[in-house]
Parts: sequence; C-alpha cells; structure tokens
Amino acid sequence: MSLTPFARVDESTGSERASRRPRRLGRFVLPTYSWLVIAYLVFPIAVMIVYSFNRVISGLQLVSFAWNGFTFQWYEQWRSIPGLTSAFWLSIRLALVSTVIATALGTLLAIALVRYRGSKFRGKGGIEQILFLNIAAPEIVMGASLLGIFVTFNIARGFLTLVLAHVMFSIAYVTVTVRARLAGFDVSLEEASYDLGASPLGTFRLVTLPLIMPGVLAGALMAFALSIDDFVTSNFVSGSSVPFPVWVYGASRVGTPPQVFVFGTVIFSVGIVFALLSLGLSKKRA
Amino acid sequence: MSSPPRRAAWRKGLAPYLLSSPAGLWLLLLFIVPLLIMLSITLKTCSPASGQCVMTWNWGELPHVVNLYRTQFVTSLIFAAVATIIDLVISFPIAYWIAFYGGRRKNFFLIMLLVPFFVSFIIRTLVWEFILSNNGVVLTFLKGNHLLPSGFHVLGTGFAVVAGLAYNYLPFTALPLYVALERIDRRVLNAAYDLYANRRVAFMRVILPLTVPGIFAAFLLTFIPAFGDYVNQEILGGTANTMIGTVIQNLFLIDSDYAGGASLSAVLLVISLLGIWLYAKLLGSRTIEEYL
Repeated sequence: MSLTPFARVDESTGSERASRRPRRLGRFVLPTYSWLVIAYLVFPIAVMIVYSFNRVISGLQLVSFAWNGFTFQWYEQWRSIPGLTSAFWLSIRLALVSTVIATALGTLLAIALVRYRGSKFRGKGGIEQILFLNIAAPEIVMGASLLGIFVTFNIARGFLTLVLAHVMFSIAYVTVTVRARLAGFDVSLEEASYDLGASPLGTFRLVTLPLIMPGVLAGALMAFALSIDDFVTSNFVSGSSVPFPVWVYGASRVGTPPQVFVFGTVIFSVGIVFALLSLGLSKKRA
Repeated sequence: MSSPPRRAAWRKGLAPYLLSSPAGLWLLLLFIVPLLIMLSITLKTCSPASGQCVMTWNWGELPHVVNLYRTQFVTSLIFAAVATIIDLVISFPIAYWIAFYGGRRKNFFLIMLLVPFFVSFIIRTLVWEFILSNNGVVLTFLKGNHLLPSGFHVLGTGFAVVAGLAYNYLPFTALPLYVALERIDRRVLNAAYDLYANRRVAFMRVILPLTVPGIFAAFLLTFIPAFGDYVNQEILGGTANTMIGTVIQNLFLIDSDYAGGASLSAVLLVISLLGIWLYAKLLGSRTIEEYL
C-alpha cells in the first residue's frame, strides 16, 4: 500500500525533471525552427503557383523573372501547347497502366514473402536482395542499362519500353509498402473462410483482398507518384513518345512556357487535396 | 483416393513460387539481366573499325574511366556529400520535433515534409533556377538592399547545384530520421530520466545511439541518388562543375558511346553497393529495409 505513493512521487519528479528544459526547446525553439523548414520546403512551390498567374509582355510566351501583373491567361490557354498537352496525357496513361501492373505483381510478391519462408519458399532471400538492390541502385544506372538491352535487342523505344521500365522500378516500392501492411495479418481469418467452404480464389477476393486493401492502395499511390514524376529512366527509354517530365526538361533548355507552371500547380493541388482528404478520413476512422 | 489431396498439397507447395514469379521474372529480365549485360560490356574489348565486341575479361576499363573522369567523380562526391550533410543537419531537428512533440498532428507535418514531392522533380528544379537567377526573387531583393554586390551570382556555380540537390532530396533524409526517432521506446527514455540523466545526457546516450542506423540509412538514401543526379547540375550548374551523371547521360544519349557509359555506370553502381555493403556489415542487412 505504501509503495504506490512512493512510486507516484518518484515518477512525477522524474517527468518534471524531464520537462523543465524541453519546455523551452519543445514549445518555442523547435516549433519555430520546424515551421521555418516547412516554409523553405513550400517556398519554391509558392513561387511556381504565383508565377503561373504572371502576365507575359515580351513577344515569346515564356516565363519571365519579372512580375508583369496578374492574369488567368495561362489557365484559359492551358491546352494551347500541343506538345505539352500530349506529353501530359501520355504521362497519365503511362502512370495508370504501370500502376495497375506494378500493384498487381508487387502485391502477389508481398503476399508470398510474408506468408512463406524457409524450405517452403527457397529463393526468398534472393528476391529480397533484388528488391533492395532495385531501390538502392542509382536511377541513372538502371536507365542506362535498360537502354543497353533495348538497343541490343532492337526493341523500338516508345510507350511499351516506358511501361516495361516504370513497372520495373515500381514493383519493389509496392512490395515493400504492401508487405509492411501485411505484417499484422491474421491468417486464421483465411482458415475460417476455407472451413466455411470457400475456394482459394473466393477466399482471396472476399477475405484477403479487402483486408489488405489499404496497403494495396498505398502501394498503388506510390507507384503512380513514382511513374508520373520519373525523368531519369524515362529520358533513356522514351524514344519518340515523350512523357511530361521529359518534355518539360527539353523545353526548359530553350525557354519554359507558362503553361508548365499551370500543369505543375494543378498536379500539386490535386495531390495535396488527396493527401489531406486521406488524412481526414484516417482520422475519422481512428 | 489420395490423389486429390496430394495434388492440393503439391499445388500449395507451388504457391509461393507462383505468387512471386511474375514480379520476379519482370525484375530478372528488366533489372538484373540489363545490369549484367552492362557489366559484361565493360569487360569486352570493341574494335572501333568494325564495332564488334569480344569478351576479353578486361577489368582495366574500370580504373581507366575512373582516371579519365576523376574530376567529375570528385565533384559528384563533394556535391552529394555536402548536400546530404546539409539535409541531415536541416532535417534532424524537425524529424525530432515531429516524432516527440507532433502529437495528433504528426501525419499533417509528415505531409508537409513530403510537400516537394507533390511537384514534379523537373519543375521543382526549374523553379530553383528561377529563384536563384540573377534577376530572380532572392538576388534582386538582396542586391536592392545592398546586402550583396551587384556582380554577385549563384546560378552556374556549385552552390546552386548543392542548393538544388539539398532541396530535392531533403524528404529522403527526413523520413528515415523520423522513422528512427519515432521508434525509440519512450520507456527507455523515461528509464534514463529516472536514473537521473539530464536532457543532454539522455539525448547523447540514449536517443542519438538509437538513431544511428536511421542516420546511416538517411545518408545512403540521400547520397546515392544525389551522387548519380545530373538534372540539378544541368539546370542549375551551367556548363561548369560537371557531375558524373551528366557524363554518363551524354555518353549514352549524345555520343552513343555505350562502352564508356557502361563502364562509368558500373563504377557508380559499385560505389553505391559499397555504401550498402558497409551498412549491412556494421548494422545488419535487414535494418535498412525498415527505413524504406
């Protein structure tokens, strides 16, 4: 009986000692610093958004450093540069196709890696090493080596080679993401499904997939983001079909049309709204 | 009678291989095989006249290209290392703050850390070109207030490249650090306080040692892509300070010198693998995956 108050006293002095100094650090210095870092991260994005509304006064319709006044012109004429628009739609198609393939393959691999080990799954260690190497290897090396085989085997560079490449660099990220969510999976739920007479496919569709869906969606989002933003590998394997980042890079060497900032602003807004919405949803659920 | 269950068991034994083979084959054919072919090109000797290449196991090409492009390797090494160290210094306090004081807004702050990734990598770098240019926002302001001489410029120098690298790869540093700090068991920390450790001792002897794998992972995950990067150098660095990525890209896409490009890529890969091998050696091979 007498132990409890002692323990409590000890605990409170301990935490008091712990909280005396962090109060200053944790409540003032660190938050101020952190918001400054966030401001630094947001600053270029703010510049991009502001300059997507900048008027152009010279003859060539290219972004200029000087502020010439506010205009909606570039939003109204967002489609007026055919190369940019078609590159954008190509990137969307490419991201959708490679996301679907990479998510399917990566999820199956993640299930195999979580479910089976030891003598049941020989080569598991090897696959894990390949996944790791895939994530860690410099992208330029992967892009260059892909270009090498496409040239060696006379495969014409275009949409197909882009899909092959994008799926290749997305699979490992999908697998890692899905595997992380699968770790706490309760196998007895599947066993219950079998006991109730469900087939393996039915069990997968009705029990396994719904349970791992959040992980699969997270992996798919990852794959989509990787694909739509990829420049280095795409630049090696794109050939005649030019995705959005490759087009923007090429154009920027001559001069950037303001529509590039319009696309950047729209993609950013859609992405951030999705992220904040999913944040709100996960909070509501919790 | 026993054949259906046996067949079922046989099928069950195949399951892991069936599940893993589509992804495995894709990676084998489009990742491992291309890497091996690229490595084999570097070991071949090609005759410039016929363009025919013969396998000669000529390892000499690797030290040869390193020697040939030594300045570019050194430049890449310095730029990537400086940018990575800047990122570690910038992001450690904010990762610490989110992990320990983030409370219910942790996820919101993590999204803010990731905010650069919502804008295309190329556009991000272009905007930095915009910001750092002579008549851009920052320099115009500083020069207008006579804080800098009017001839001062950043674009086209190594500073601009390092600034771009540091900005573009900051989330790669901040997230592993956050994961490492977040995972520290608060009971261990409380035990340190109960044993009369003050703030500084607790930080130096509990938090920091427990974060070392995360710091190392953050270093690798930032340094490796920054080392092979050529976009920042081409957009922000002008013609000076060529990095090794630029050389590789030019050899492949402009000069069509596949042998030279392949050799340089092989060296780049070996350097990256050395870092990972070192990590595995010191901290165990499985731990780095936890930060991905």
